[in-house]
Amino acid sequence: MKGSVISVLVVLVVLDRLASGLEHRSYDYTKYHPMDEISAWMNQMERENPDVVSSMVYGQTYEKRNITLLKIGFKNTTPKKAVWMDCGIHAREWIAPAFCQYFVKEILGSYKTDSNVNTLFKNLDFYITPVLNIDGYIYSWRDNTTRLWRKSRTAGTENCRCFGTDLNRNFPAYWGMVGISRNCCSDVYNGPTAVSEPETKAVTDFLGAHQNEMLCYLTIHSYSQMILIPYGVPNISAPNYDELMEVGLAAAKAISAVHGKSYKVGTPPDVLYATSGSSRDFARFIGIPYSFGLELRDKEKYHFILPENQIQPSCEEAYQGAMSIINYIHDKNFKSAAVSQTVDNCDCLMDLECKCDDFKPLY
Amino acid sequence: MKTFCSVWLLLSLVELSPAPPVSQEPPLACTGAPGHAPQSETAEDMASTGDLEPTHYPARRAATVALHYLNTHHGSPFRVFGLQQVHKASAEDVAAGGRKYKLDFSVTDWASGSEGPALRCSADVLFPQTERHSGPEVQLRCEALQQINRTAQEEHAFYQRYISPDSAVSARDIPDSYGNVSEEMQPFWRLARVAASFIMLRESSERTEFNMAQVASVAQQGSSEEQLMLEFVVLLHDFPSQEIIQWKLLASWSPDRGVRVLQTEWQPRCPHATKPPN
Repeated sequence: MKGSVISVLVVLVVLDRLASGLEHRSYDYTKYHPMDEISAWMNQMERENPDVVSSMVYGQTYEKRNITLLKIGFKNTTPKKAVWMDCGIHAREWIAPAFCQYFVKEILGSYKTDSNVNTLFKNLDFYITPVLNIDGYIYSWRDNTTRLWRKSRTAGTENCRCFGTDLNRNFPAYWGMVGISRNCCSDVYNGPTAVSEPETKAVTDFLGAHQNEMLCYLTIHSYSQMILIPYGVPNISAPNYDELMEVGLAAAKAISAVHGKSYKVGTPPDVLYATSGSSRDFARFIGIPYSFGLELRDKEKYHFILPENQIQPSCEEAYQGAMSIINYIHDKNFKSAAVSQTVDNCDCLMDLECKCDDFKPLY
Repeated sequence: MKTFCSVWLLLSLVELSPAPPVSQEPPLACTGAPGHAPQSETAEDMASTGDLEPTHYPARRAATVALHYLNTHHGSPFRVFGLQQVHKASAEDVAAGGRKYKLDFSVTDWASGSEGPALRCSADVLFPQTERHSGPEVQLRCEALQQINRTAQEEHAFYQRYISPDSAVSARDIPDSYGNVSEEMQPFWRLARVAASFIMLRESSERTEFNMAQVASVAQQGSSEEQLMLEFVVLLHDFPSQEIIQWKLLASWSPDRGVRVLQTEWQPRCPHATKPPN
């Protein structure tokens, strides 16, 4: 009798452990995750950090999946200035979504103890989309023959039966001018028209609605180890080209300090190839002052299929690069004046709802 | 299928779609024609003469061609070179048509990584301008090439292991989707990269930049004349068009004779067909 009761109890405990799944097991940031695991992880991040994380569905993919971002920062009654980051516009660039997850993990793990990150959480909101091209990403996981898929999964038409549009040629910024193909089978097919794809529209709608708050647009790709600045079209310069180069070069320096990897900085016509209709160009075009495309590892050997043992070092260096950019932009906008409503000249390290009188002013 | 292919072909003619590799007669293709050059040349392409910025792509593109040439001549199952850095580059138009690049660059061995000891090279790369595509012509000098640590021991051990008549290595997806390459497959991966260099070199132009993305398959054939015979299917990535281009090739290797590529066959990737037509 006792034996069977104990066995039942043991079984119940084991079942409970199994059922808890993700919540009790540590998420492995050094492995590539399929989309369902990433979605579960996003839910977990929101559940475990309700004071600083909320999720927003801001569009749908062609195959009708929700496109979701995590909004991260100290909550505020009025809109704060913001930083946008998206990963996985191109399905086969698996290191990119891995980086977005790593970035979220880093900032959530340090905002309470790291005064720099804490200040960023006060003054900024991060809008982070771990996987933008969800349909394509899922397709690239299907089997060994689909690993190198790049585009979305829009169905072909009577005229041209191949699947997919290159989302990073589909944005309304000098759309169709250069670096594209009008053949729908091409990997740089830019779509029948600009913003023809629902994934593109989700981003353009969101950025358009948040134009005034958005200080920085970061889009993460691989491979080739570069920091790309607008514009992809030759002979068209962003008005703050010099500053963008300066910020980019500083980020490259921060990156190389981590593991010695060199990242080139420049416009696509210089360091990559001329392109048009990219999301990075669109962001700059509508007036977001700082827009960067990060191309992560590697350069020469594994290309798109970066080994999992390089996820951690790649993310570590890219994190320093991203932070270098974000801190520059933050300091430029916040050092001179107190802006945020929640905290004003306060060192609010430990208390999320601090009132200024409780702490001594920083400056 | 046939209707679709004919329609596609018609559309290709009408829309000036890029052409399949010109070094062989293309079969009726459904998709993924290589050399999907972007629609227009950039301003820099047109003006690419005189001193070139070493960190910009025209210099890198030419250096990559020189790199492929280096690998065809000096690559082995235990040695593949990667481009580390371009130091100086210049280009000039050539009387017979075409453009010649002069390059000063460094390479490193895959084995030691991009931070490993670098080999300094200089090269002349000529992209001819002809009606039908013909591959670039390369003249290459690398310092101390003959003095590199020979991997003779490993090569001979590898050769002895696989030259036996009943050896029939076969594998797929190197690396696998997660970037893994088993210990046993490493030399085959490097061999594939060297063999693919022959194709990448031959197919290069000022509108392309090739890397090898993955080895889809390797299948050992019966040895011939004491050469290891390997049939590879390699997936090449072209940077400007972002296309993945599939080639089947038959390569031979021995420590004495090095890598030779005996046959190559472009394999169009048809999403609606399970295998290429004919």
